[in-house]
Amino acid sequence: MSRIASAFERLKLERRAALIPFFTAGDPSVEQTVPLMHTLVKAGADIIELGVPFSDPQADGPVIQRASERALARKVSLRKVLEMVADFRRSDTTTPVVLMGYANPIEAMGRQNFAALANRAGVDGVLVVDIPPEESEDWVRTVRANGLDPIFLLAPTSTESRVAQVARLASGFVYYVSLKGVTGAAHLDQSEVAERLPLLQAAIPLPVGVGFGIRDAASASAVARVADAVVVGSRIIQEIEGSTPETLHERVGGLVSGLRDAVDSARAA
Amino acid sequence: MKMYDLPDARGHFGPYGGVFVAETLVRALTELREAYEEVGRDAEFQAELAYELKHFVGRPSPIYFARRLTEHAGGARIFLKREDLNHTGAHKVNNTVGQALLARRMGKKRIIAETGAGQHGVASATVAARYGMECIVYMGSEDVARQSPNVFRMKLLGATVVPVESGSKTLKDALNEAMRDWVTNVENTFYIIGTVAGPHPYPMMVRDFNSVVGKECVVQMPEMIGRQPDAVIACVGGGSNAMGIFYDYIPHEKTRLIGVEAGGDGVETGRHAAPLSAGTPGILHGNRTYLMQDEDGQIIETHSVSAGLDYPGVGPEHAWLKDSGRAEYAAATDTEALEAFHLLCRTEGIIPALESSHAVAHALKLAPTMDKDQVILVNLSGRGDKDLNTVSRLAGITL
Repeated sequence: MSRIASAFERLKLERRAALIPFFTAGDPSVEQTVPLMHTLVKAGADIIELGVPFSDPQADGPVIQRASERALARKVSLRKVLEMVADFRRSDTTTPVVLMGYANPIEAMGRQNFAALANRAGVDGVLVVDIPPEESEDWVRTVRANGLDPIFLLAPTSTESRVAQVARLASGFVYYVSLKGVTGAAHLDQSEVAERLPLLQAAIPLPVGVGFGIRDAASASAVARVADAVVVGSRIIQEIEGSTPETLHERVGGLVSGLRDAVDSARAA
Repeated sequence: MKMYDLPDARGHFGPYGGVFVAETLVRALTELREAYEEVGRDAEFQAELAYELKHFVGRPSPIYFARRLTEHAGGARIFLKREDLNHTGAHKVNNTVGQALLARRMGKKRIIAETGAGQHGVASATVAARYGMECIVYMGSEDVARQSPNVFRMKLLGATVVPVESGSKTLKDALNEAMRDWVTNVENTFYIIGTVAGPHPYPMMVRDFNSVVGKECVVQMPEMIGRQPDAVIACVGGGSNAMGIFYDYIPHEKTRLIGVEAGGDGVETGRHAAPLSAGTPGILHGNRTYLMQDEDGQIIETHSVSAGLDYPGVGPEHAWLKDSGRAEYAAATDTEALEAFHLLCRTEGIIPALESSHAVAHALKLAPTMDKDQVILVNLSGRGDKDLNTVSRLAGITL
């Protein structure tokens, strides 16, 4: 069983949603990336989503764009991100790592080459924002053949037939983008999520996570009541931006453990 | 050549094109594709478009024999397709009229656009005013500075110009920002893309709306000289004016199709905007095409004296025409384009856009290698009023 599948098996027994923090590899620095991944795990992350920096992050709001620009200024390439994951795997063999990014760095490396290297580095899943189902036949075959889970986005605008298409193609989990807009937007429609999630869960034989617009304990808890996973990104990067090298781990760890408490208490309440 | 019927149903031109966007945009693109297919079959829509092109844009645009330029070059006769005479001063309005009518048909009241040189922004602001729509134009802050007359024009026309400060602060970043706006406001907003790039159906739709240029030429050239030209030359940034004039010439196999990219400081220096001449295929802005990128797949900064050509990608149909051999692509440097700019001013009394000057520059190189009875048709895609500040600065002329 893949690391992602076993993580969700365990969560099912524990009757709680997964907490999936996101940050961009190489931000705030190359040296801090792997230690920060360990900090997230200690603070309660069930899966780590690591952003691969790209020069033109069209689906991201200003916060993640800035993180991407800072990482690129430090020359963080996809190859470098894979090295970071391999480094993380030396001391953590259980926490799943999902890479999230855009198609072109992968195209430049070559899909087959990337999938093989990612598998060897210990990556578990890959979410490529700009490879939607209709362009993904060859992509899904390649990543699956290399033991990686292809993760897809669904949106409030996704039709039933697209949901079915994603259900056929995806493995690991499916990521529901909870609002119209880019990452970091502030208006999560909790009632829309509560209404849509059961429909998606019925149509998709995989856990369904929710992200985009979750920024505090209240929204995390509201989402955790209905979703199988809660993804938090921009809010974590803002915490990174506000930290110094001395306070980084304490502040980000504190934020994530607070979110974890919120996720844990969501279904107990 | 067998019948040319690209793109396929999913927007592919061979290996290029496609729909490489986040899920959040797929529904909007599907709706757009369906609405566009519908108006293609709708005689009333086509009649209104034809009326607008004639009475608002001023079509057909003439073809002009550049006698003194021809004498100067020595060789093939050079003709100019005068898209600079269109209302708003460039070919861009052919497309914005079409898309604005489509937006109205779809019930969208808010228009967004990206712009580099500002020509597409002006053309979008113009049609928004004409049809009573709200208009937001995203423009890299670098371009806002170097194309200030067009910024002023957009404001006069009632549009809001949003300077984009992210990335390289040029056209590609404006496109990113417009996409972000569209994702957020997809229900009431129509995104008018200005070039033959972006996700399907944009490359096809923008080509179709601009193909009126080539359609006219195919009729006008035989009227003027009794036959079709030996070569058609157009500048290529994203490539909309080039696709516009090339498209109806694709079946005319004896006519060479030549796209001219921005060579900047020279293609060999790496400081240019010529992905077809010196780039590699990749995925950006919703389609697979040739890109200016580093070995890690990051998009690199481009350089051109012309803001409208300063783009690291190119329309996917050009990528296909290059690979298939039906079109050839060359580059003209900043210096060559500026020389052509001044030469056209002095020999013909026509002030061309810096973008179009790249096409003129290549014609000046090609003409002397051809016979005097041969014919070159250059798409003079826009006029140069917007470039006066740039040229005066470069030429050291004080206004």
